[in-house]
Amino acid sequence: MRPLRKLLDRAAPHFEQGGRFEDYQALYEMVDTLFYSPPDVSRHAPHVRDAIDLKRVMGLVVIGVLPCAVLAMWTTGYHANLAIDELGLSAPTDWRGALMAALGIGHDPNSIGAATFYGMLYFVPIYLMTLAAGGVWEVLFAGIRNHEINEGFFVTSILYALTLPATTPLWQVALGISFGVVMAKEVFGGTGKNFMNPALAGRAFLYFAYPVEMSGESVWTPPIDVVTGATPLAIGAESGVPGILEQGVTWMDAFLGPIQGSIGETSTLACLIGGVLIVYTGVASWRIIAGVMLGMVATAMLFNAVGSDTNPMFAMPWYWHLVLGGFAFGMIFMATDPVTACVTNSGRWIFGLLVGVITVVIRVVNIAFPEGIMLAILFANIFAPTIDHFVTRANITRRLRRSV
Amino acid sequence: MSSAAKRALLAPVVDDNPVTLHVLGICSALAVTTSLLPSLYMCLALTVVATLANTAVSAIRHILPTSIRIIVQMTIIASLVIVVDESLKAFAFETSRELSVFVGLIITNCIVLGRTESFASKNRVGLSFLDGIGNGLGYSVILILVASTRELLGAGTLLGYAILPTVADGGWYSPNGMMLLPPSAFFVIGLIIWAVRTWKAEQVEKPEFRIHEVHRTEAL
Repeated sequence: MRPLRKLLDRAAPHFEQGGRFEDYQALYEMVDTLFYSPPDVSRHAPHVRDAIDLKRVMGLVVIGVLPCAVLAMWTTGYHANLAIDELGLSAPTDWRGALMAALGIGHDPNSIGAATFYGMLYFVPIYLMTLAAGGVWEVLFAGIRNHEINEGFFVTSILYALTLPATTPLWQVALGISFGVVMAKEVFGGTGKNFMNPALAGRAFLYFAYPVEMSGESVWTPPIDVVTGATPLAIGAESGVPGILEQGVTWMDAFLGPIQGSIGETSTLACLIGGVLIVYTGVASWRIIAGVMLGMVATAMLFNAVGSDTNPMFAMPWYWHLVLGGFAFGMIFMATDPVTACVTNSGRWIFGLLVGVITVVIRVVNIAFPEGIMLAILFANIFAPTIDHFVTRANITRRLRRSV
Repeated sequence: MSSAAKRALLAPVVDDNPVTLHVLGICSALAVTTSLLPSLYMCLALTVVATLANTAVSAIRHILPTSIRIIVQMTIIASLVIVVDESLKAFAFETSRELSVFVGLIITNCIVLGRTESFASKNRVGLSFLDGIGNGLGYSVILILVASTRELLGAGTLLGYAILPTVADGGWYSPNGMMLLPPSAFFVIGLIIWAVRTWKAEQVEKPEFRIHEVHRTEAL
């Protein structure tokens, strides 16, 4: 590590005030603090410092999301290879097919390596595009405002990339993340001041702007346009759980992951593994996750009890709601965003319940939207400060009464 | 033209714009701006109503009892709006159907009542007339900007003519469906306000409160 430190120290004067690259101070800071802890000391009391800072928090979330990312690549590649196999086609003709042919990797759907590599060729461009497009805005705003570039953006970008269908055109990827970063975060003052999850805001922008590329039946399986694969959730909206089972998708499939859906949302198990890590390290609030679960279970059971002759979604039990669509991903990685969720403990319960209830209500009652977790979290984000306000007021009232 | 007259006419276009500075008239700016043509009619209607209402209110300002002034102003505005609405129905029926209630809602448009109340009831007829035109222009500038952006990005057309050939017609442009939904007008107006206040820094409002904020780079 010595040479690296020396290199950074040698470069430092150029980035300080009066140096050649003083406008890019934020960039230097980012690289420097990625490898080393900042050297500054506190000047005023309190002098308490913890080893965990914003950078480590965000780093942990990125690590937590990795199981989803890896499994997502395999799922994407698996479905693509399966489709190629079923249609009896040879290798696809795009650059991915050419690269895989050159490396001698076939399209055998049973080969985990081949599927993962193929899926990687879909996920990595989307992720790199997200980093590049979002990064430009981050650096631009950090430079103008004399802020640091912080790792919140890495979390935003990987979460955002995982919520997209694998076939999303790259220019749409760039547009969505630009909207998320600028309109949902930077206009309010940057990291920590946004009231909406930027990754979800970008995803919602794409969902409303380009519904054809973001939902429907033809977007989930690359690369062959003729293969239509509705997500099990969409099938469920049409014909309920029996319809899903008829497609050969069991509950275990939906839990483990090899089903149709956006890149990262398909495996509930991978989300749970990441969830254990971020809850154990204290990054995510278990109260929010428990609240979302509780709200979802209660509402699903209520709909089960009410029943409906015309809408099969009423009959969907809660354990299917859990494994279908983006519920687990949203519950664990999106709803627990420490900036946009509630900060009081009681508030976190209410916030979680709100997300869970609204998700199921949108899924079951609103025919236009098969998935509800994205809108539910954005909706709850808006109410988070209000919930916190009333929780704090209630606490003050309670304590005043005690002191009479 | 005297400097007061010039101010009354031109200040509302950028420096004192009713939409971007006072944030008035937002409801119609959201509702009618999905395409350019109805927006143009809306601008015309509002400019006519604002100008005539300003003139009429200014003409009777000395004989108008203060206690009933709002009712009288509303009556004048409402009469003008009905005339404009009926003329639109007579001469531009299709557009008037597209605008539906929003022409009628000019009665409640904050810009019109705002100008009669704050300007016309205190100023000479000539100045009030110019102020009405000026505010109509200010509103129109913003509405035309928003409507052009939304129609161009949302449908690839302007006034119905294809500018960006869409994928559906064999071109290259994928229309942005978001632009046809009302929230996009919020975003576009917000971006315009951002741009205007970057250009004219004196329009930036003072913060109501200040969050304690010291960045590490400043503290060092």
